[in-house]
Amino acid sequence: MKFGVVTFPGSNCDQDCYHVAAEVLNKPTDMVWHKDKQDLSEYDCLILPGGFSYGDYLRTGAIARFSPIMESVIEYAEAGGLVIGICNGFQILLEAGLLPGAMKVNDSLKFVCDYTKLEVVNDDTPFTNRCNSGDILEIPVAHGEGNYHIDEEGLAELIANQQIVVRYLSEEENPNGSVDNIAGICNQERNVFGLMPHPERCSESILGNGSTDGYQIFASIVEYLSKRGEECGE
Amino acid sequence: MENKPWEAEGLTKSEYEMIVDILGRKPNRTELGMYGVMWSEHCSYKNSKAVLRNLPTEGECVLQGPGENAGVIDIGDNQAVSFKIESHNHPSAIEPYQGAATGVGGIIRDIFTMGARPIACLDSLRFGDLEDQHVQFLFEGVVSGISGYGNCIGVPTVGGEVHFSAAYQDNPLVNAMCIGLMEHEDLATGTAKGVGNPVMVVGATTGRDGIQGASFASDELTEESEEDRPAVQVGDPFMEKLLLEASLELIKTGALVGIQDMGAAGLTGSSCEMASRGGAGIELDVDLVPKRETGMNAYEVMLSESQERMLVVPKKGKEDLVKQIFDKWDLNAAVIGKVTDDGMMRILNKGEIVAEAPARSLADDAPEYERESKKPDYLEEAQSYDWSQLEEPQDYNQALLEVLSSPNIASKEWVYQQYDHMVQTNTVVLPGSDAAVLRVKGTEKGLAVATDCNGRYCYLDPETGGAIAVAEAARNVVCSGAEPLAITDGLNFGNPLKPEIFWQFEKCIEGIGEACLSLGTPVTGGNVSFYNESPEAAIYPTPIIGMVGLLEDIEQATTIDFKDEGDLILLLGETKDELGASEYLQALYGLETGQPPSLDLDLEKRVQEVCLEAIKAGVVKSAHDCADGGLVVALAESCISGDLGAKIELVSDLAPSSLLFSESQSRIVISVAEEDLAQVKKLAAAKDIPISELGRVTGNSLVVNDLVNLEVGELKKEWTESIPTLIEG
Repeated sequence: MKFGVVTFPGSNCDQDCYHVAAEVLNKPTDMVWHKDKQDLSEYDCLILPGGFSYGDYLRTGAIARFSPIMESVIEYAEAGGLVIGICNGFQILLEAGLLPGAMKVNDSLKFVCDYTKLEVVNDDTPFTNRCNSGDILEIPVAHGEGNYHIDEEGLAELIANQQIVVRYLSEEENPNGSVDNIAGICNQERNVFGLMPHPERCSESILGNGSTDGYQIFASIVEYLSKRGEECGE
Repeated sequence: MENKPWEAEGLTKSEYEMIVDILGRKPNRTELGMYGVMWSEHCSYKNSKAVLRNLPTEGECVLQGPGENAGVIDIGDNQAVSFKIESHNHPSAIEPYQGAATGVGGIIRDIFTMGARPIACLDSLRFGDLEDQHVQFLFEGVVSGISGYGNCIGVPTVGGEVHFSAAYQDNPLVNAMCIGLMEHEDLATGTAKGVGNPVMVVGATTGRDGIQGASFASDELTEESEEDRPAVQVGDPFMEKLLLEASLELIKTGALVGIQDMGAAGLTGSSCEMASRGGAGIELDVDLVPKRETGMNAYEVMLSESQERMLVVPKKGKEDLVKQIFDKWDLNAAVIGKVTDDGMMRILNKGEIVAEAPARSLADDAPEYERESKKPDYLEEAQSYDWSQLEEPQDYNQALLEVLSSPNIASKEWVYQQYDHMVQTNTVVLPGSDAAVLRVKGTEKGLAVATDCNGRYCYLDPETGGAIAVAEAARNVVCSGAEPLAITDGLNFGNPLKPEIFWQFEKCIEGIGEACLSLGTPVTGGNVSFYNESPEAAIYPTPIIGMVGLLEDIEQATTIDFKDEGDLILLLGETKDELGASEYLQALYGLETGQPPSLDLDLEKRVQEVCLEAIKAGVVKSAHDCADGGLVVALAESCISGDLGAKIELVSDLAPSSLLFSESQSRIVISVAEEDLAQVKKLAAAKDIPISELGRVTGNSLVVNDLVNLEVGELKKEWTESIPTLIEG
């Protein structure tokens, strides 16, 4: 089981994601450089980390989406590979069209870094199988543009297809004004997941307020991959 | 009319004459411009050097003291910490967003220039009265500038402080501190040597931004200062993130002789300082510097303060390796000259010499002044102010709520929620406690960092105020479970040519020096910012202390919040009748006067030792420095953070106002489980420090004698909503 963490210029959570995959999950993990289009099939899960790719001076994720590695990521995802995009990674997945919708500036017009409470909406994904729907996870956010937007039709589709994976617990807990309190969504096939909160920041009890709810996300991925491996007779 | 070419460069006539002497001829405009920035206070410390020499700079842990881009201390296991604080006051007064942003960028660059990976920033901010609209504009601009730069580059902003006082009305203070982590062998220095070694400029291109910024920072602010806006640089945190990664990668290769950040005085400062440190000369051609604008002359190239640039001297033959690494990060790297052995800075333009001066004379031989100093007239009257003549409050609940909602005491959540304080996943103790605590990945260790300074104390008693700033910073670090190691100082004062201001400066440094010696925390570097004055008045003398401490065991990181119902609350140290210069006088009576609290450094040290011993013994559940606002504020903050009440019984002859709000030093409020009381008492007895039982953690109200009885929810509401309400209405 091997993880790959993509580094774009301006990624700043790439080492944090590497730390969780390599040190906390104890899985072989590579850093994947943005400049090269490459065969990613050796990886079982790709992480698109948070940060400010290309400075995010235009629109978050808008330039990263054109970097050579994204062609490979799209091929990888279309072949069924697991991709998780966190914060800026989520924004890049939206810009790349791997997930529907778009991101706006927070309603407050301010960057916000704080713990948020999330409700698991769909526990039947490779990223949440260790949770139960209705579980409450406490995971921090840190972003200025996390206000998820999608038109009504699109929202109806997300709901109908159970693509909303995690929601902020309430209007009060919603840190950015996202439509329908959406914090994270997956594609119809369930193999691509994007979320604004940072599970890698709360996967060890020593950090911050002690929440380790983020670990559940990564542990779900490992569990999913282990089962898939067994089924394939690996 | 007499021609006074020195005035345009901020020099005096006698300094101009010195330059003529050094060169043996009149300087041309480029040369004069170079001397102008290098001999500015900002770069040369010409008015402060003589006094700063009195600070203790040596200690067991010090690997690099003052004089480099940043200080470096040993933390064991072949690891070291580089840290420094720097001011960006003037730019922030004119253009708060960019001023603060480039302040953060500059200090982060100082740290990775040393070979350390920046792991955290802290910001110490001072503003005028927060009800004033212009102050709100500055405050919001500065906070979003820090947020914009720090968040993007991915260095968490984990702490600092914000204070408000009319003394900072037109002259806000923005001091940014950064700390970085490295292995010993990666320690890099800003040295140029080895004749024939190439000199390269790497990173961003050079433009006309920030020309003469260092000189601008060395003058008082006036109405016309707004016109100096072009002297404020523009930051690009994305560029700096790339520069950070490329520079650290380059340092790791071992191909470098020296590396220096281009901050104040740009290419001039970096090149002549590197040459001077190495006892060498540098010859460079401005035509070879990658530029973002056309038609720049030598003066402009040499004095530009365009951000996100470095000067590097690799070993000869390693030019291509440098280019290869910078190309990977899509950054420029260009050879612009070479190291020579004649000690001269020689500036060429397309091969023709346009300026030539001894490097050492620019970097190190600025005149040194011993300025006149005089005790200010205001002091005697202020210090003799008798607060006992004030009527006691009718309602101590109300008094507490007023002090808690003073913007100086109130929660700074509005500020730090705009800072990414968790990136890099090392933040063990979040902002809002006494000190921020970071883990050191791959070890059991942790680092505690805090900044501190009470400008009001320093105004009313500079020597004690300076000492208290060090003592309190150390106390904050101790309360978090760490052993204080060393400090960096951000020294903010008015115009040093005014004898009263220079006296404040001398006395503050005296106090800092005494406290550093007593607490065993040497000064490893810092920054002097003079001329913090507007036409109305000078700022309070504000020597900000940035303290770094080490936790041998990160599991012992301690926070301020009460943990468990039934725990005993103890006070280490003793409350005295010391309401002078207190937040209580300010919040209730609008008074910023009186004799500040006294400081017994010997007692201070013992109180800190007892607290740390108790934490290491594993018996302390919470520890909180009892300082601004007094004992009842410390108790309220521990209640609010822990969402638990406390029942307190204080026995004392003091008037209730003093009992609750006195700001006596050397006090720490701790909570312990009942069965551990005896052990803590034993530790206190061994060091002969006062210890008293205040009460218990219980219920959901803070109750103190028959004076205070408030629900924690109400305290919390007042404390957290104060600043957002003032700003957002």
